Amino acid sequence: MELVAEQLSCERDQRLLFENLDLTVRPGEILRVEGTNGSGKTTLLRILCGLFNHYEGSLIWNQQPMHEVFEEYVAQLVYVGHASGVKSCLTAEENLQWLSALRNDPAETESIWAALSQVGLRGYEDVFCSSMSAGQHKRVNLARLYLTAGSGNLWILDEPFSSIDRGGVANLERLIESHVKADGKVILTSHQPLQVEYRVRSIDLDEKK
Amino acid sequence: MSFNSFSEFVQMGGHGLFVWTAYGIAIAVLGYNIINPVVMHKRFVKMQKQSHTSANFTTHRGVFIETIKRDLTIAYRNAADLLNPLVFFVIVVSLFPLGIGPSVKILSTIAPGVLWVAALLATLLSIDGLFKGDYDDGSLEQILLSPQPLFLIVVAKVVSHWLVTGFPLTLLSPVLGVMFYLPAEGIWSLVVTLLIGTPLLSLIGSIGAGLTVGLKKGGILISVLILPLYIPVLILGTSAVETTLNGFSNAGQLLWMSALLALGIGLSPLATAASLRVSAAG
Repeated sequence: MELVAEQLSCERDQRLLFENLDLTVRPGEILRVEGTNGSGKTTLLRILCGLFNHYEGSLIWNQQPMHEVFEEYVAQLVYVGHASGVKSCLTAEENLQWLSALRNDPAETESIWAALSQVGLRGYEDVFCSSMSAGQHKRVNLARLYLTAGSGNLWILDEPFSSIDRGGVANLERLIESHVKADGKVILTSHQPLQVEYRVRSIDLDEKK
Repeated sequence: MSFNSFSEFVQMGGHGLFVWTAYGIAIAVLGYNIINPVVMHKRFVKMQKQSHTSANFTTHRGVFIETIKRDLTIAYRNAADLLNPLVFFVIVVSLFPLGIGPSVKILSTIAPGVLWVAALLATLLSIDGLFKGDYDDGSLEQILLSPQPLFLIVVAKVVSHWLVTGFPLTLLSPVLGVMFYLPAEGIWSLVVTLLIGTPLLSLIGSIGAGLTVGLKKGGILISVLILPLYIPVLILGTSAVETTLNGFSNAGQLLWMSALLALGIGLSPLATAASLRVSAAG
């Protein structure tokens, strides 16, 4: 199953973000979207998720138009955006329980605890997210990746390393590596260099104007 | 609420066409929403088998229950937000006897209208936050990217909204009714109309909440959008109570309200789901 975008163009507030953009992501591939601030990286990722509809061009999933197989597409998609998706009045565990139930895949308490300990939040399972830092919020959100790792899913990650400390970044890089080695697909944006022992393809949005 | 013969029941005193169409549409939409996921699920499983990927796919159960559980937990932990509409309702209603004076005749005449208007405004006050929190922290994006039918999640959110506003309002209304010297049958009628009417207010309000969720100051716009749609519910609700007070049967109004509720359950989550997708894309 692969994601193909053909001739994507997007204009926002009468400013051309990118034009005639083609990209393909096959199982076992990492695609890195590069560009300066405001070059449309987040917009591109939101378009690829089906969250943003003001674009021209076509998106194809598994040889079919994406909007026709949208439910099958999102069943294989994990999106980590700028907003954490974490409710501060719920505990880390409660947040992940609901988020995994949303994804058709209600996780057991043990796997949630395991995922939390893998993002370095062991002992924070029952702590309200309101008393966590921004980086810890991000880590709760990233724990969803551990819950779906190795299933061949498509991960769309918007600045996954922001507000994460150095050790956390290294862990996340190992996770991404093992995910693509198990035929997963990753699309990400990042301003930091990505240190994985894997071929990373990249597209630069500044060249697509 | 009795009918002498089956054909009278079908005619509904002349309103049969509307009432039965409303129920028909509601059942059709609900049926589609139950059958469609099952069909999609089968198709998906088949596709997974064909492509020989490790299908780590459990049947979808519980997102409805999980969402209600989550929203109720959030409401419970934000007690201020939970109590806000209830306190508003009680304050508005209890100020009227103080302002107008303790005349039994006047108070029991205005009671249905005052209680219904206050319940309506209390719902309107709280409906703004239905999707706001989820929009602000990004949960809404995750909801929109869920393979579960959006319809189901919207219904779950509306149900939990009703459980923390409309339902307690209904439970409180007899106490306030007594304050207005409403006779027992009037109180009973008030409770029944609120029980049917407040879910409808939440359902209709959710459309406005979905449309305005992306706006910084959606509060006023939501009132402008939603109030016209609330008016029929208000008229039916108050006139049902007044009819009882005048010694007649309020079956007509109750049947109309139930038909509207059926229509609302069937159609408004669809409209809300569509409006959420539009808001998120903007």
